[in-house]
Amino acid sequence: MSTSTHAAPVAVPQQAGHGAPGHGHGHHPGLAHHFDDLEQQRDSAVYGMWAFLAQEVMFFGGLFIAYIVYRNLYPEAFAHASNLLNVPLGATNTAVLLASSLTMALAVRGGATGSKPTQLIMLLATIAFGLTFLVVKYFEYAEKFEHHLVPGPTFMSDPAHVSPFFTAHPEEIPHARIFFFLYFAMTGVHAAHMLVGAGLMAWIFLRAKKGEFVPEHHDALEMSGLYWHFVDIVWIFLFPMIYLLGYHFGDHHG
Amino acid sequence: MSQHEHGSGQAHGGHHVHVVPLSLYFGIITVLFVLTAATVITAKMDLGAYNTVVALVIAITKATLVVLYFMHVRWSKKLVWIMVGSSLVWFSILIAFTMQDYLSRGWG
Repeated sequence: MSTSTHAAPVAVPQQAGHGAPGHGHGHHPGLAHHFDDLEQQRDSAVYGMWAFLAQEVMFFGGLFIAYIVYRNLYPEAFAHASNLLNVPLGATNTAVLLASSLTMALAVRGGATGSKPTQLIMLLATIAFGLTFLVVKYFEYAEKFEHHLVPGPTFMSDPAHVSPFFTAHPEEIPHARIFFFLYFAMTGVHAAHMLVGAGLMAWIFLRAKKGEFVPEHHDALEMSGLYWHFVDIVWIFLFPMIYLLGYHFGDHHG
Repeated sequence: MSQHEHGSGQAHGGHHVHVVPLSLYFGIITVLFVLTAATVITAKMDLGAYNTVVALVIAITKATLVVLYFMHVRWSKKLVWIMVGSSLVWFSILIAFTMQDYLSRGWG
């Protein structure tokens, strides 16, 4: 039913009503039959994607409000626990993600100009940056496991990796545990989004390779780009909120 | 209305292709990198309560740049602006209603 509507000959002359003189064929093969034209189809995709992203704001919003509430309750524990994170790695990952957003924007631009090589190269670069981010994150997580900074029975049991603040104030350790729970929950959910994004980009890459994305119709490439940029924005907030709270103390133990 | 839509003036069912100059993208990414450096450098200073303010202002600026330019909202229709704005409104309600409770509990 979907693309075989050519069988209805009446449909073809009606399309000419859009004022496309000399445009021989009835409609673009990428135009679904329930849309008037490609612009309406693209607009619907954009609105749908933003509705999904608004939902994503609420999804992450729950974790953000948990962070805000607990940080207000235990500001000192949060700042000192934050100081146990690795700022250079976090900053590196911020730069990597921003770079991936640039290559993503350039891939979508390659869709708008119809340049298949640009699409392919920039999508590969986006995937590479995304995987780089995840590899760095893996090393960060591994270090936290080794240092006993993962919420659990042995949390902060290694004196070499506990700042003097928590040695002097053991009653604050449960609050640091909340911080590290939020650290793993927020960055973990974010990393899950990165994994989904990398898979999405691999799929979009294969479609780009088939030459699917042309200037007048590259909605899938563009909508995937919106998702990728959104995940970047989440990290733009996570980085200062999680890594930099106690950076000015100077006694860094990460 | 359609005057707004750059590119759709091609009278071709409105293809609405908007090609942003490369220089703009490279300008935006440069600003984003500079702001990232700024957020690390200012976090290293002890600004008291202003550490949080500075960090949030920088993060909101970065996010706004990504939304407007990389996500093309600057050139998008009003309905897209409304959807972006509504997500911020709902998030603000979440924060405002939760915090008016937590922050006022000690007022007894």
